Amino acid sequence: MFGSGLIQGLAVTAKNFVGSFHDPKRLTTTQYPEQRTVLPEAYRNFPFLVAEKAEDPMGTLRCVACQICEKECPPQCIYIEKSKDKKPDATGKMQIYPVVFDIDTSVCMSCQICVEVCPFDAIEMDQVFEIATTDRFNGLMLRKEQLTKPNSYFHEIHPTDARDVDARLAADRKAAEDKARVAAAAKAATPPKPAAPTP
Amino acid sequence: MINFAFALIAFLLLASAATAMALRNIIHSALLLVVSWFSLAMFYLWAGAEFAAFAQVLIYAGAISMVVLFAVLLTQRTLGDFTLAPESRRRALAAVLAGAAVAAAMAYAVLNSSLAVASTPAPTVTVREIGEQLMGPQAAALLVVGAILTVALVGAVVIAAQEKK
Amino acid sequence: MTWATDSYLEWAPMLLRDWISGFFPSALRGVINDLIAIVAILAVSGLLFAFLTLAERKILGRIQNRPGPNRTGPFGLLQPFADGIKMLTKEDIVPRAADQLLHFLAPVVLVAFSLLTFAVIPYGRHLVPVDLDAGVLYFFAASASTELAVFMAGWASHNKYSLLAAMRALAQLISYELPLLLSIVPVILAAGSLSPSGIVAAQGVWTLGVLPHWYVFTPWGFAGFVIFLISALAESNRSPFDLPEAESELVAGHLTEYSGFKYALFFMAEYFGMCALNGLGVTLFLGGWQAPCAFLEFIPSYVWFGAKLLGLLLGFIWIRATLPRLRMDQLMRFAWKFLVPLSLANLAVAALWQLGAGWSEPLQLVRWAGAIAILAGTFWALGRKLSTGFGPRVYQYAPS
Repeated sequence: MFGSGLIQGLAVTAKNFVGSFHDPKRLTTTQYPEQRTVLPEAYRNFPFLVAEKAEDPMGTLRCVACQICEKECPPQCIYIEKSKDKKPDATGKMQIYPVVFDIDTSVCMSCQICVEVCPFDAIEMDQVFEIATTDRFNGLMLRKEQLTKPNSYFHEIHPTDARDVDARLAADRKAAEDKARVAAAAKAATPPKPAAPTP
Repeated sequence: MINFAFALIAFLLLASAATAMALRNIIHSALLLVVSWFSLAMFYLWAGAEFAAFAQVLIYAGAISMVVLFAVLLTQRTLGDFTLAPESRRRALAAVLAGAAVAAAMAYAVLNSSLAVASTPAPTVTVREIGEQLMGPQAAALLVVGAILTVALVGAVVIAAQEKK
Repeated sequence: MTWATDSYLEWAPMLLRDWISGFFPSALRGVINDLIAIVAILAVSGLLFAFLTLAERKILGRIQNRPGPNRTGPFGLLQPFADGIKMLTKEDIVPRAADQLLHFLAPVVLVAFSLLTFAVIPYGRHLVPVDLDAGVLYFFAASASTELAVFMAGWASHNKYSLLAAMRALAQLISYELPLLLSIVPVILAAGSLSPSGIVAAQGVWTLGVLPHWYVFTPWGFAGFVIFLISALAESNRSPFDLPEAESELVAGHLTEYSGFKYALFFMAEYFGMCALNGLGVTLFLGGWQAPCAFLEFIPSYVWFGAKLLGLLLGFIWIRATLPRLRMDQLMRFAWKFLVPLSLANLAVAALWQLGAGWSEPLQLVRWAGAIAILAGTFWALGRKLSTGFGPRVYQYAPS
């Protein structure tokens, strides 16, 4: 009948109105900032640099300033300056380190390409989004000190990815150790070269 | 005796009508004409004829003003084509003379008529009495007016509904 | 129950008014009484407008599964004042090519005539500002004059789109005036008077003390009330008839070139028109300030009026939240091909109803059944005519 659809529509909105007072499905707003929605694990925002140990973050960066992420970044928001000297990294080996590592978060488009191309799993995606600032030019430029966060933090925000990365790094390290041990054993097992005859 | 309210309303009516004639911009003239209709309604209220006053506003200012404005807008070619100038000075002079002649004739007729000035107060007519008059002695007139309006409406619909071939 | 109708609460507004005008010399008392009535209407309608905007936003929000404004003040109660301050501090831009005088006058004329319509509505037993004999006619005369302001706004903006939108708005307003007036005529027929207080008094009878004789409880009254509500929605440019002021239609229609306080005035005039039309609907169909049952008369009459008015306003907000906007041709078709014939049939049914006023008991059933049958049949037939005939659209002026 003419108008029956209207009455049904009015009934639907009335149900919504009454339900919004007692049914949580019918009032789905979270009162930010007093309440926060739970973000999914794969949520990403801006990158951060992973440091192995929380006690000495600046000295245990995984980044070796290879500058691959700087070259691959589509909006070119990463700026890296290599060091001229070498410092020991987390495993004690002497490595080049980045002196300057800047990311301009007002340009970064969260595409995660830098994470995908990094051969050392040194850069990962963070989940912080409340970085609004009143300083228009420098406030959104994150420097190396602000970007460095420990591996434990990575485990907190992306547990699955962190476990995978750690497993892969451990496997690589084990494979490298095995290879070195096999090489050393092979070297020790070969008979010593006969001494040159003394004239 | 002319009292203050009468003088004020008369001034408003005459001034708005005169300015409506004198202005170049047609839309301004039309709106000033609407003001003169409002002041006529105020006249009716001052004289105690409530029904006539509200009917005047409802019909003139509510409907006929729309007709006038639509007619003005639909017969103009461009948005700026709204000011008029007299085509030549002789025509303007002839128009003024003709208008003055008509006004003089009407003033003569009104002033020399044999209607006496009312010494008894005018009766206040209520809406009920108007209704009873319309349904009783004046019913034939009402039906004729209704028929005329229906014919006009049907004619307008027929003219508007003719498709352009 | 004269003790209820003469109670202290009923007379309280009058006593307050007399106390205030007692400070002035007795020659001025009449003028001061009228001034107090004007100030009271302005204050109450201003506050009603403010909190109605808030109620609308919160109710719309709750229907749309969100809370509405709740940050400014507790439960968002200070939101209207924040909006007011925002509107007042905006820059008032007038286009250089616009007709300056008309551009300024349009919102003024609109608000003035909208406020004039508040003068004849009886808010309580002793609370009619002006008790006119032809009050209903005055109400419609004043609200017809607001259409002029719409034209002035569209024309004075010197903007093709504003003019076009103003023409559309005018067409809508004029089309829906006809069902509005036609749905009122049966009420005047039944009450025998054009004065709102007379109409309210004619509805002040109860069957068995509990069934009120409001006109909405008669077949023609119910149909008339529904037609009146739909036409009132269209006359105040509310959803689903808000084509003139929709944001996606010609920007803001005839209001495009208005900013700041003038826009607030247009907004205010729309709400005033809505409140006034609802007030008239309460007066004509819902018994005005009458209580629904005779024993409830101890509650003051203005409280009953306010409650009924709020109910209608909340109904308008509910309808806005539910229905999508009507297109221009759908709107016009609905007015001319459905509402006008239905209201004419309603008028005929009401006239026949009045003929049968003195019939005996069994014939009363015939009276009710006959009225309901004729109205339902007309509604069904017109509804079928309006809902059929959908096919591929024919463009009258397109080159084929």
